[in-house]
Amino acid sequence: MTRISLTVDGASVSEDVEPRMLLVQFLREKLGKTGTVVGCDTSNCGACTVHLDGHSVKSCNVLAVQAEGSEVTTIEGLARDGELHPVQQAFHECHALQCGYCTPGMIMQSVDLLNDNPKPTEEEIRVGLEGNLCRCTGYHNIVRAVQTASGQEVNAS
Amino acid sequence: MIPAQFEYAAPTSLEEALALLAEHGDEAKVIAGGQSLLPVLRMRLNAPEHVIDIGRIEGLRGIREDGDAIVIGATTTHATVLTDPLVAEHAALLTKAVHHLADAQIRHRGTFGGALAHADPAGDMGAPALALGAEFVIAEQGGGTRTVGADDFFVDLFETAIGEDELLTEVRIPKHTGWGAHYEKFVRVAHQWPIVAVAATLKAEGGTITEARVGLTNMGSTPLRARAVEQSLTGQPATEDAVRAACEAAAEGTNPPSDLNGDADYRRHLATVLSRRAVLAAAAG
Amino acid sequence: MTVTEDRPAAATGEIGRDRRRKEDQRLITGRTRWTDNIQLTGMLHMAMVRSPFAHAKIVSIDTSAAKAATNVVDVYTGADLGESQGVLINAWPITPDQKTPVHLPMPADRVAFAGEIVAAVVARTAAEARDAAELVDVEYEELPAALDMKEALRDEVLAHPDLGSNKSALWVFDSAEAGTGGNVDDAIAAARTDGVVVEREFRQNRLIPAFMEPRSTVVDPTGEQNVMYSATQVPHILRFALAATTGVPESKIRVVAPDVGGGFGGKLQVTPEEWLTWCIARRLGKPLKYTETRSESLMAAHHGRDQWQKLTMAADKDGTLTGFKIELTADLGAYVAVVGGGVPVLGAFMFNAIYKIPAYHFACQTVLTNKTWVDAYRGAGRPEATFGVERMMDELAHELGMDPMEVRRKNWIRHDEFPYTTVSGLEYDTGNYEAATEEAMASFGYDELRAEQQRRRESGDRVQLGIGISTFTEMCGLAPSRVLGSLDYGAGGWENASIRMLATGSVEVTTGASAHGQGHETAFSQIVADRLGVPFESVEILHGDTQVASKGLDTYGSRSLTVGGEALVKAADKVIEKAKPVAAHLLEANVDDIEFEAGTFSVRGTDQGISIADVAGAVFVAHNLPEGMEPSIDADATYDPVNFSFPHGTHLCAAEVDTETGAIKLRKYTCVDDIGNVINPLIVAGQVHGGLVQGIAQALFEDAVFDDAGTLVSASFVDYLVPTAADMISFDVHHRSTPSLTNTLGTKGVGEAGTIASTPAVVNAIVDAVRHFGVNDIVMPCTPERVWRAINGSGAGGADPTTGDAMPHFDAEGEQA
Repeated sequence: MTRISLTVDGASVSEDVEPRMLLVQFLREKLGKTGTVVGCDTSNCGACTVHLDGHSVKSCNVLAVQAEGSEVTTIEGLARDGELHPVQQAFHECHALQCGYCTPGMIMQSVDLLNDNPKPTEEEIRVGLEGNLCRCTGYHNIVRAVQTASGQEVNAS
Repeated sequence: MIPAQFEYAAPTSLEEALALLAEHGDEAKVIAGGQSLLPVLRMRLNAPEHVIDIGRIEGLRGIREDGDAIVIGATTTHATVLTDPLVAEHAALLTKAVHHLADAQIRHRGTFGGALAHADPAGDMGAPALALGAEFVIAEQGGGTRTVGADDFFVDLFETAIGEDELLTEVRIPKHTGWGAHYEKFVRVAHQWPIVAVAATLKAEGGTITEARVGLTNMGSTPLRARAVEQSLTGQPATEDAVRAACEAAAEGTNPPSDLNGDADYRRHLATVLSRRAVLAAAAG
Repeated sequence: MTVTEDRPAAATGEIGRDRRRKEDQRLITGRTRWTDNIQLTGMLHMAMVRSPFAHAKIVSIDTSAAKAATNVVDVYTGADLGESQGVLINAWPITPDQKTPVHLPMPADRVAFAGEIVAAVVARTAAEARDAAELVDVEYEELPAALDMKEALRDEVLAHPDLGSNKSALWVFDSAEAGTGGNVDDAIAAARTDGVVVEREFRQNRLIPAFMEPRSTVVDPTGEQNVMYSATQVPHILRFALAATTGVPESKIRVVAPDVGGGFGGKLQVTPEEWLTWCIARRLGKPLKYTETRSESLMAAHHGRDQWQKLTMAADKDGTLTGFKIELTADLGAYVAVVGGGVPVLGAFMFNAIYKIPAYHFACQTVLTNKTWVDAYRGAGRPEATFGVERMMDELAHELGMDPMEVRRKNWIRHDEFPYTTVSGLEYDTGNYEAATEEAMASFGYDELRAEQQRRRESGDRVQLGIGISTFTEMCGLAPSRVLGSLDYGAGGWENASIRMLATGSVEVTTGASAHGQGHETAFSQIVADRLGVPFESVEILHGDTQVASKGLDTYGSRSLTVGGEALVKAADKVIEKAKPVAAHLLEANVDDIEFEAGTFSVRGTDQGISIADVAGAVFVAHNLPEGMEPSIDADATYDPVNFSFPHGTHLCAAEVDTETGAIKLRKYTCVDDIGNVINPLIVAGQVHGGLVQGIAQALFEDAVFDDAGTLVSASFVDYLVPTAADMISFDVHHRSTPSLTNTLGTKGVGEAGTIASTPAVVNAIVDAVRHFGVNDIVMPCTPERVWRAINGSGAGGADPTTGDAMPHFDAEGEQA
C-alpha cells in the first residue's frame, strides 16, 4: 500500500492504495466518483477521460500513485455553483448523447479541446475527439455541441 | 482490467533509478507516461514484480537547444513536443509526426523517450527519429553515459540498444532547420496504429532536392530508412514524376508484417505511394 | 363542439416538439446509475476463467491454488454447480426439428467456443478475484473445431458431436406454396431465355454490437425477493427466463435494469454471466458482482450478422422484376441464442423490400460452429435482407445498362397502390417511396454528383467518385402476438403501461419498454403530457424494474414507440374514462355532457370545468366521489398491435475512392426517412445518425475475425474497429411523415432505420466508383486493401480472406514505456 494525497474536484483526499490501482478505479471505488466510467481495456475508448493537472488523460491509463500531488477534475467537478459548464449545457441542448456512457469522457475531452483551441473547425473537432468512442450518436450532434459551446455557427440538420 | 500486484518506486534522481534497476534487473519495468505499459499490465500480458516510475526525475524532462542539435528529455510528453517552437523550427518532421500520434489524451501523458524505448515498429516516433538521425543518450550503471546512433538503437520488435539496467535519458536531434517535412500515415480508423506511415524530410534549393531523409513506420520489425529512395531523390527536381520514380524503391529491403489490416504485398505497395506523397508534401513546405 | 373551439388547441402541443431530454441532466453530470456503480454491503466480486480453445474436452480443473489465494471466498466449476446453475434458453426454435445444443452457463465436460466459462472465482475484491482466476489450472484435450460455416455444412467436423450434424434448421418460405406469388424457379428459367438473371453471393460480415457499457450483473440474494441488477435490454424476459430455468418462483425474483449504456440488440440476451452470478450469489447468500472487461465482452457477448447470401434475381429485359430467390447460410455460433435462428428468418419478409416481385423463395439454413454465439444486432435480419436486395438492384441495373434509380422506380410499390400485400405475405399500410426519393435526390444533388463522377472518370482521376443508392422498408414493432405465435416465437409482442395519477398533480407512468439510450423518459412524457393535458415536467417515466413496471416485453426491434407508446395512449385514455364520472359528479353534471380537452373536464355548453389534476386530488382524499366508485383513476393497459409498422426511406451516399491505395472517404450522405408521425424530431434524428454510423461501419470497418484455431483476433478495440468522429462526416438527414395506420399515434419505428439502409448505400457507392475497373462486388468490410485488390483484379472483389493476426502492440516484452 502506498499513501497518496491529491485534489479531486476541488477536495483534498488522502488514501492508501495498492500501487497497481488505476486512477479510474481510485476515483470510482475509493472516492465513489462513479461518473467516470471504464469502457475498454486498451485505452481506445476514452470513456474514462478526466483532467490531470489541467489536461485530459485517460484515467484507466494512469496509476493512482502517479497522480500523487496532482489535481484531478472529473465530470462531477465540472459544474460550478450549480451552473452547468457550457460544454455540458451544449451536449444537452444539441442532443449529443443517447445512452450517456461515453458522455463524461466525451465532455471532458471536448473541454480540453476548447481550452487548446477555442474556435475549432469541424475537422479540428473531429480529430480532437479521435480518442473517444461513441456508439449511439454517430458523432453528428457531438460535433454540433462542441461548435455550440465554442460560440460558433452550427450547420443545419 | 486490473494489473497484477507489483512494487512501486518513484525515484527522484537518475542515480536512484539506476540503483533500483541494478537491484531488480529483469523483474523491473520502467514506467514514464505509461501509455504503452499500462495496457500491457491491465491485460496481464506482463506482470513485472517492480515498476520504477521515472516520471518524477526532474532532469529528464524538457527541450533545449545544444549547438547543432536540439535535445529532448526522455520524459518530455508528446504534447510538449507538439507545441515546442524549437522542435517546429529545427525538427519539423517531429512536429508533423507527433500530431498523428495516438490521441490528445495519450499525447498529454505519453513521453517521447517512452515511445522510442517501447520500440513498437508501428509507433509514430521511430521513423521520424531515424530519418532525423537522432542520437540516443543512455545512462549506464556507474554514472557513465553512452550515445547510440539511430541506426543502432532499434534492434528488433520491441527491442532497443538500452540494456536491462540502463535508462534512456535524452534524445539529441541534429537540427534540420529549414527542411521541409511531412508524415504520411495510413489508417482505416483514426485511433489505429499506422498500417504503414512514411516520414519524409528534405532540403531543396531552387526546386531541386539536395538532401532527403525518408523513414518507414511498420514496414519491418523496426522503423526503417528508405535509403534507396533517399539516394535517388538527391539531385532530383521535386516534381511528381521524378519523385514517383525515386519512390518506386521505397519497399526495398523491408519485411512488412501481414495482419488484419493488410498483407505484406499491400504494405509494400502502400510504402511506395505514401513515400511519394510524403516527399512531395515535404517539398511543398 | 362550438364551445370548445374557443379553447387553446391541444393542451401542450407536446407531440412533435423537439424537447431536450429529461435523462440528460444525470448523464452529463456523472450522476448515472450504471450496474457497475452499485455497491452493496458485504458485496463479493467474481472473475471468470474462460476457455482459450474453440472446442475442447475439459479433462480436469484444479482450483486448489485459487481457493487458497488471499481473500478468495470460493471457486466453482460446472461440475460443482451441476443443475443448480439453470440453463440458457432459445425462445425461437424456427423449425420443430431444430437441433439445439443444451447450453449450460458453465459446462462441466466440454467447451464449444473460445471464451466459454469453465470456472468462476469469488473473492472480496475484483482485483483478488482476477488474481486468483490466474491460478485456476484447467487441463483441456483439444477437439477439432467447426469454424467455417460452409465447411461446417459438410458435417466433417462437428461443433457438437452428440448432435450428429452442424445443420440446426432449414426454414423455407415459398410464394408458390404460400399462395402469395408464383414459382420462382419458373420465373428464373423464363428469364434465362427471355430476360436477365443476376446471380451473386454476398457475405454478411460478423459484427459485434460493442455497446459502450460493458455488461455487468449484481445479484442481491438477501431478503425475500432476490434482486438481480443487470445491464440488460430485457429485464422482464430475464426474470421470466430465470424463473423458468432455475425453478425459483417468478414472484421471488426482481430484476432491475438501471441506467444501461447501449444495447443495439447486444443486451437482449440471457447470458451465462447472469445465470452464474444469480446461482453463486444465492449459494453464498451474499451480494455478488460480475463486470466483464471489454475483451471478454467482445469474445463472449453475442455477435451479429454472419451470413452467406446466395441470391438469384430474375427480370424482364425492361427491368421489371419477375422473381427473387434467396438462399441463406447463417452461422449461429456455438449455441442457439435467445432469438438465434429467428434473426435471419426475419429477413424472409424483407428481401422483397419495397418492390413488387411476382415470385419469391427464401430458404435459410442455420449452422452451428465453434464460435461465439450470434443473435440480434441493430436491425436483426432486416439489414442483411436490405443489403442483399439493394446490392442486387444495382447489379441488375448494371446488367441492363439502366440507371440504378430507374430500376428501383420501375419496380417499387407506388404510393397509390397501398395497402399492398407483398409476396412474402405482409400487408404494408402506407408509404410514399416516390416522394422520399425525390426529396433525397434533390437534397443530395444527385445530378451534379453524377456529372462530377463522369468528369473524374473521363480524366482518369486518381480519386474516383461513386454514388450508392439504397431504399428500404422494415417491419417495426415486434409485434402482433399471433404473428409471432405462427412463427413459433416463444413470447408475445404486446406491451404494457400504467399511469398513476398522484395526489399532488404529478403523473407516474410505468412502461414495460426499458430504455438504454433511446430517450423514452422524454418521448413517453411527451405522449402522456399531450394525452392527459398535463405539463411535460409533471410526468415521470419509470421503467427497467420488474417491481415498478411489473409487466413488459422490453426494448428491441424498434418496438418501444409503436407498441409501448400505444400502450401509454390506451392507459391514458382509460384514466380519462375513469376520471369522467368523478368530474361529472364534482361538476354536478351528467357524465354524458362531460368533455375532456387540454387537461380539463368541462360541461358541454358551459364554462364550468375541472382539471385532471384536481380530479386526481379529489380521488386521493376520496371525500366526495360518486356512489360506489373505487377511489382510483389509475389505469393500466396492455396493447397488442394488429400489424407491424413499415417505415421506409431513400438513402444516397457519395464516396471517394483513392484508386492508388483503396482508401475510401465519405463525401456526402443524404437520407429521407418516412417514419410516420414523429414524437420528438431531435431524438429521431439522433437515432438516425447513430444508426447510419453503425451501418456504415459494417460496410467499411467492423469485422469479427477468428484465426485458424477459432480464437477471436479482433478481441479488443485495437482490432475491432469502431469508427471515431474523425472517421465520419456530418449527415444530411430528413424526415417525412406518412402516418402509420396501424396505431393511434401514426408512428413507425426508427431505431434501426439508419443501420438498415446505410450499409448497402455505402457498398453500392464504392462499387459504383470502381465498376469501370471491372469490379462488381467488394466483400465487407470494404477495407482499403480489398478495394485495392479489386481494382487490380486480384481475386473476385478483393475477397481475399483477412489474415487472422492482430498487430502485437501490447507486447509482453516491451521495454521502457
